[in-house]
Amino acid sequence: MFAVIQFPGSNDDRDMQFALKAVLGAPAALVWHKTPELPPDTQGVLLPGGFSYGDYLRCGAMARFSPIMAAVKRFADAGGLVLGTCNGFQVLCEAGLLPGVLMRNRDLHFVCEFVHVRVDRSDTAFTSRTRPGQVLRLPVKHGEGCYVAPPNVLSELEAKRQIVLRYCAADGTVTPEANPNGALANVAGVVNERGNVFGLMPHPEHAVEGAIGGTDGALLLRSMIDSAQRTPR
Amino acid sequence: MSAPSEVVVDLALAREHGLTEEEYGRILEILGRVPTFPELGIFSVMWSEHCSYKSSKRYLRELPTEGEQVLQGPGEGAGVVAIGDGLAVIFKIESHNHPSFIEPKQGAATGVGGILRDIFSMGARPIASLDSLRFGPLEDPRQRHLLRGVVDGIGGYGNAVGVATVGGETGFHECYRGNILVNAFNLGLVEADRFWKGSASGVGNPVIYVGSKTGRDGIHGASLLASAEFDDAAEAKRPTVQVGDPFAEKCLIEACLEVMRSGALVGIQDMGAAGLTCSSFEMASRAGTGIEMDLDLVPQRESGMTPYELLLSESQERMLLVAKQGGEAVVREIFERWDLDVAVVGRVTGDGRMRIRWHGKTVVEIPVDPVAENAPVLDRPAREPADLRARQALDLAGVPVESDPAGALEALLDSPNLGSKAWIYRQYDQLVQGNTVLGPGGDAALVRVKREDGTPTQKALALSVDCNPRWCWLDPYEGTVAAVAESARNVACTGARPLALTNCLNFGNPEKPEIMWQFAEATRGLGDAARALGTPVISGNVSFYNETAGRPIHPTPTIAMVGLLEPWERHAVSHFPEAGLAILLLGETREELGGSEWLAVRRGLEAGAPPRVDLAHEARLGALLVEAVREGLVVTAHDVSAGGLAVALAECGFTGPRGVRIGADVSLAEGLRVDALLFGESTGRVIVATREAERLIAAAAAHGVPAARIGTTGGARLRIAGEAGAPLIDAELAALEAIWVRAIPRRVEED
Repeated sequence: MFAVIQFPGSNDDRDMQFALKAVLGAPAALVWHKTPELPPDTQGVLLPGGFSYGDYLRCGAMARFSPIMAAVKRFADAGGLVLGTCNGFQVLCEAGLLPGVLMRNRDLHFVCEFVHVRVDRSDTAFTSRTRPGQVLRLPVKHGEGCYVAPPNVLSELEAKRQIVLRYCAADGTVTPEANPNGALANVAGVVNERGNVFGLMPHPEHAVEGAIGGTDGALLLRSMIDSAQRTPR
Repeated sequence: MSAPSEVVVDLALAREHGLTEEEYGRILEILGRVPTFPELGIFSVMWSEHCSYKSSKRYLRELPTEGEQVLQGPGEGAGVVAIGDGLAVIFKIESHNHPSFIEPKQGAATGVGGILRDIFSMGARPIASLDSLRFGPLEDPRQRHLLRGVVDGIGGYGNAVGVATVGGETGFHECYRGNILVNAFNLGLVEADRFWKGSASGVGNPVIYVGSKTGRDGIHGASLLASAEFDDAAEAKRPTVQVGDPFAEKCLIEACLEVMRSGALVGIQDMGAAGLTCSSFEMASRAGTGIEMDLDLVPQRESGMTPYELLLSESQERMLLVAKQGGEAVVREIFERWDLDVAVVGRVTGDGRMRIRWHGKTVVEIPVDPVAENAPVLDRPAREPADLRARQALDLAGVPVESDPAGALEALLDSPNLGSKAWIYRQYDQLVQGNTVLGPGGDAALVRVKREDGTPTQKALALSVDCNPRWCWLDPYEGTVAAVAESARNVACTGARPLALTNCLNFGNPEKPEIMWQFAEATRGLGDAARALGTPVISGNVSFYNETAGRPIHPTPTIAMVGLLEPWERHAVSHFPEAGLAILLLGETREELGGSEWLAVRRGLEAGAPPRVDLAHEARLGALLVEAVREGLVVTAHDVSAGGLAVALAECGFTGPRGVRIGADVSLAEGLRVDALLFGESTGRVIVATREAERLIAAAAAHGVPAARIGTTGGARLRIAGEAGAPLIDAELAALEAIWVRAIPRRVEED
């Protein structure tokens, strides 16, 4: 079972559940943030997009104190698969499960549009259904998606190949123009060193149906489903 | 009754509250005594133009509000329309003009919050928003500030609350410099037999306050801010603007939808304009009951609030519920789980009176019906503006014919009215809830319907919001008919059948006979068009007093149309997706340049009669589009509106959602002056791209709709030639698109 964590202010929680369950056929349930434990049959955890706690203090800064987050941390420490999109990515950074931080967009505006991202690694649990260098078309929608990390952290991420997705042009070229938020090194998604925690700003759950946003997001979610089934817990 | 305060109520104070001498006399008559200060406050808001519709009521009664699809017409928070298979939609559009001018970000944000509460308080989950915005010229730094603030406010609230903003319209004109318009639309989905009304029935039932705490914000928003003209002292009204909290609203949505499923609820209503007062009076009035309330039980954000302030506060994100006796615990559990305030503040009574206590004393005791239902209805004098004929007089023979059609096209694409609105809608979450088939930037948005449990259906809703205020200024009747026709046409361009409409009637000061005449003409047009197209008016809002220092806005009756498409996969798009398609023009181009964007941009003239609308033709055109899309005959359908045929063809070719840009080679039958041919705005026209031109032409003939093959899609250029083959326009589409894309950013990003 895939656990989609529901914080107060989560918006894409139901969409993520719909994508996993109704479109991709994987069992998925919403799990309220005040729950102290994940359901015993949890195969993977998803932290959805939205504005947890209104994003009032700092994006994701409050959500990391929710009771469920201790359980999510234990799950990740045990090697369980955790995926955070948008606000979920912000929560993972705030919780220390991923390096770096997400700052306000370069032009200070919220941005909602379809972008292209290049898959730099297809050997992760979240990208196994893609080819290296494949360009995916996915939507972003955020006001604070500018990925920032200190230079030494960034070079470590590069060296350990933890940068999985980068904003790019339609042909896969990584350019400043293709970067919707000013993220350093065009980072759109990073994985932790162990490879079981993945955060990304684009929304795969909004690209799973051909006539509504395309199906490139399904490649990422299906990869996670495959991987979870390969490693029974 | 003991006096709650030192304030002495008399006629002078009543006048300060916006009441007339006659109205004050009526209050004395109803009460049989001098009102207390909080009572005066209650009458002043309940009888304000904003809450009572006293100037507009007699015209609104004439509108068609019924139809087999209509489950609930005007009178509740919003209207309800059946969409089949046990589902219904609830929708409404509402203004937040004055607050947005004073404080653009919060004004617009709370406009969105308010309309959302109208929808979910009836039991529907809000699924799609639109907005209709009007500003003064962007060359004015203040207007840029207002635009930025309003967009920030709409996005900041709508994005955080998790409802997609899927479309809208934005216009610019000198007349809005001192009074911008912010009209917010929302649509929600509900099971057809499960929608809720704001009714306080069942004597003894608990009255429960839920949501955010009450503060001193927004006091007299409805009566003083929305029901009076603006002047230079508008800044002093900033405290009447409320502050929004989308996080509280998001939690309130989930908690309210949950309590509605719990079986504990009897009735529910948003505390919107005039807050606790309006909601309690309306709920009691609808049920024919009374309410007893203790203000000390109301959750309060600040200390020392008076009964007057508690009753009139317009603090946001609050709801008033009536629960079944014994249901209090259920309600309390749900709202506490969402970390929202919940308090039993009173009981329903059977004596038809509103009795409000504070600090152990009765501070208000008023019979409900005379306040809520028997508000004054006025028949204000109406008179055609003396200069109307002069406005409409336009001798085209005296207007030089366009000598540079390519230059004119570039100038029109650079006009903020016609330029791309992506700078605005990029700041809105267009996708949340995962149903956006067609987002902003086309004729109508298209939103797939999923049931509350997440089961997808074959249905989609098409949504469009439209008005051409310049036309309405030149001829309010024809302009309003055209707005209804255009919104229906936009919906039909996706393949959807228009179902019903809502409207936001933005006008100047109704105390002026010329404004009242505009209003009378506009509502007459609205009624005629809605009847002819079979799209009843199911909800709406009137916003008067949109003028500053005596200068009124153009009459702006914003129309939002909702249509149904099933199965939704069969829809048309508004861009050319590929080369080699036949381009057809449905409808006829006449020599109509009155009120056109070309005339304004290229000749500096706002004059003439706007194009006539043939409603019978519009109905036939709509039926043809619905049938042809269903039969798979139509790939692209795009309404020809402001800027005429040349602008519409360019828009079809610009980069669409699929990321391609496709040119066109077009040849037009002449016989008209070239500017009317290229830029005239004759109504009832749609550009269609098809793989089956012959079948489509035959279908058009069967429907009695003129159709002509005018060209083919393909290439990187937009070529428009006359019959003889002489090129009128031959331009690189990428260059045109660059101008169109920069029209708003290049002006807004100046600062």
